[in-house]
Amino acid sequence: MSKSAYDVIVIGCGIVGAACALEFARREMRVAVIDREIVGGGATAAGMGHIVVMDDSDAQFDLTRYSQQLWQELRPELPDDVEYEPCGTIWVAADDDEMAEVHRKHHYYGDRGVPTEVLDPQDLKKLEPNLREGLAGGLLVPEDAVLYPPCAAQFLIERAQKHGAHLRTGANVVQIENDCVRLADGTTIPAEIVVNATGTGAPELAVGVDIKKRKGHLLITDRYPGFLRHQLVELGYLKSAHSVSSDSVAFNVQPRRTGQILIGSSRQYGAESSEVESGMLMRMLQRAQEYMPALGSLSSIRAWTGFRAATPDKLPLIGPMAGEKTKFLASGHEGLGITTSLGTARILADHITGSQPAIPIDPYLPSRLAKVFAHA
Amino acid sequence: MPDEITIVVDDSPVRVPSGASVAVAVAIAGRACRTSVTGEPRGPLCGMGICFECRVTINNIPHCRACQVFSEPGMVVRTGD
Amino acid sequence: MQQRFDILVVGGGPAGIAAAVRAAECGAKVGIVDDNPNLGGQIWRGASESIGEAASWRGKLQATNVTILCGTRVFHQPRAGVLFAEHEDGLQVLGYENLILATGARERFLPFPGWTLPNVMGAGGLQAMVKSGLPIDGKRVIIAGTGPLLLAVAAYLRQKDAEIAVICEQASIRNLARFSIALLRHPQKIRQALRLRKDIRGVPFATSSWPISADGRNALESVTISRNGKHETIACEYLACGFHLVPNIELPQLLGCQIHGGYVQVDELQETSVKGIYCAGEPTGIGGVESSLVQGEIAGFSAASRPEEARKLFGARERGRDMCSLLDRTFRLRGELRNVLSSETLVCRCEDVSYSRLQKHSSWRAAKLQTRCGMGPCQGRICGPATEFLFDWSPDSTRPPIFPARVDNLAAMTEPELQQTTISGGS
Repeated sequence: MSKSAYDVIVIGCGIVGAACALEFARREMRVAVIDREIVGGGATAAGMGHIVVMDDSDAQFDLTRYSQQLWQELRPELPDDVEYEPCGTIWVAADDDEMAEVHRKHHYYGDRGVPTEVLDPQDLKKLEPNLREGLAGGLLVPEDAVLYPPCAAQFLIERAQKHGAHLRTGANVVQIENDCVRLADGTTIPAEIVVNATGTGAPELAVGVDIKKRKGHLLITDRYPGFLRHQLVELGYLKSAHSVSSDSVAFNVQPRRTGQILIGSSRQYGAESSEVESGMLMRMLQRAQEYMPALGSLSSIRAWTGFRAATPDKLPLIGPMAGEKTKFLASGHEGLGITTSLGTARILADHITGSQPAIPIDPYLPSRLAKVFAHA
Repeated sequence: MPDEITIVVDDSPVRVPSGASVAVAVAIAGRACRTSVTGEPRGPLCGMGICFECRVTINNIPHCRACQVFSEPGMVVRTGD
Repeated sequence: MQQRFDILVVGGGPAGIAAAVRAAECGAKVGIVDDNPNLGGQIWRGASESIGEAASWRGKLQATNVTILCGTRVFHQPRAGVLFAEHEDGLQVLGYENLILATGARERFLPFPGWTLPNVMGAGGLQAMVKSGLPIDGKRVIIAGTGPLLLAVAAYLRQKDAEIAVICEQASIRNLARFSIALLRHPQKIRQALRLRKDIRGVPFATSSWPISADGRNALESVTISRNGKHETIACEYLACGFHLVPNIELPQLLGCQIHGGYVQVDELQETSVKGIYCAGEPTGIGGVESSLVQGEIAGFSAASRPEEARKLFGARERGRDMCSLLDRTFRLRGELRNVLSSETLVCRCEDVSYSRLQKHSSWRAAKLQTRCGMGPCQGRICGPATEFLFDWSPDSTRPPIFPARVDNLAAMTEPELQQTTISGGS
């Protein structure tokens, strides 16, 4: 790498870092991306790869919807191995309370131009015959999609490289300094601006950044084409995602283009080791079988874990670190990193270059959490 | 115990030695076991149940390793899945 | 179904059978579990019951009250002292005080153009199919690859009236000559070797020879081999090709046993780095039947707390250790085997990943994530050793399930039930 300063260094080449690199490179900035391991090897490799609109808050909706539209625009250019599938999501309601939530969501999304369809039990059965009897219905969100994240991250970084971005893997950044980043081997790389897109690693490089690891388990089956058509999520998922302190599981399955079924989801705070925990895995699979008993007879091939980067208010950190002008964060995306990667990159780049972002950046600014951030 | 039994492979009856595996029955029927993700015909490779190339559907259950299953009279086997 | 044993033996080949027999003779409550429908592992597969070493050990086993669980695949250790295994009748919950891992070895497969054609199999693979009833009389077979297994398979297929066109051993004649001389130290091996020579008399045997390609439309029709620096195409119906053996160390790895140089580390009592877990046979070093048997006996005695009986066998075991390094040296893979692949040659058969797609990556993990190589149901058992040879990649950590298992078996218990599963006391 040349010794004159890069305009931007992005630390972390997961999907968010790769998306940021592409945005900056397209604006003809001199970009370098540095990852301590391989492209998309962190949470990007572990996650479910869904592109979903969510409505926990208006700010969450704005970012997910904006980003989803960016994915739709990009879709024709995505190579085959990214496996973009517009399968849609069905939020599954098990009782009347959850059905009320279905209607609330239906109106919320309808008011904002996101097409959805309320499903009664017969509709649900027709669309997903392997769901159990006795469910109350659901909400179909046809514009949701799934893709295969490691290849998506690879696609984004390769495109960034075509625009002149430099990529360096196997290099560990240990410190963000005022005009450079410092690597573990002691060398420095000069930069005008640094973007910390290291996911759960962000606090290591920026003391005071409130990001906690939230461990998740996943399992994938052998190929069963036609078993599942849509991503399915139980509305109880929201209770799980909302829970701040306890370990929880929720029914969440996804069809891959290969015909394999991806089964999730689980959330744990405070778990540091990446090993597969039998108790959590079993709970997650039992929950899944409660909704889809036929899952039980499928052959499972692999189980793994990953760590989501979680913030206290469930919104990512996008923008300058508090009190800083040249050090930025693009992290804390919890379970929405794939979805919001493109939107994150776009509004961050707009903010940095002084353009008006399509959605306000304020709700995601790190300074909102009113903590004093200091670089390490 | 009869010397030979009959099972059905892809809608055709096949006579196989008693005690033969379903993989052998499929071979005697002149079929490949499965179709790979890019459409290649595949048959048994390891013979010991670890390569998964010999998968067939037996009595409507997919992904059965044919080399590990004894042929039984009345079995219905489908290949090419 | 839940069962509890003093000593649980995983693997029903020679090492496992020997271990189970000795442990049971010492009075322990023993169970032996194996994936295959019958005991015997690979080398004693379908062994004729009346005479020989296999029959003798089988007889010893019948005389004990060892619980035999066939068609049962261990896939997970949900907590210390408990293994989950899958049987067609459902989940088997196996509790144990001590564990003996005798998981054996599998063939190493190296890709070459056309290796995915039906009727291209492993050497042991074709032998297993014939033992399972595949008619081979009058069929033309080429045997290729490396290792003593090639000759054993040739002898067996010959007995079954196959027409063996040629045996292609990639090792050089010099290495093989040295091997023959070294065998003088192993009288049993000499007897075996002489018997083999008689059984395959007249079968063309080529050294420094390997397959270049297998060809045919929907199944194998011919094989092109490299022999004496020249290529020869030979029409045939089966190609039995395997490149020696790799140890099955997935379960030892899952259980946290220390691995060194690809083999499970054991002390003189065959105990691994994990207390109460023993390992015997090929996973500690590819040494063949005699070595597996004596290691199995030692592990059985050790696990049954009879180390003095185990010690009596240390001498016999020593001779076996030589065999392992001798085999390694003799049948080392030559570099030319990396050059036979074309860019389209598939390396991962589960996911159809070609050589050229893998060449772009610098690590197993990156290749896996970007191409799905190793993510199929074989869990890298076939492509792992191949990529290790082609790229010098090391596989990553072992996670459950170590064998594909039904979702409902993987999820069969709640956490409280798991905690309550007894690991000592009554079953």
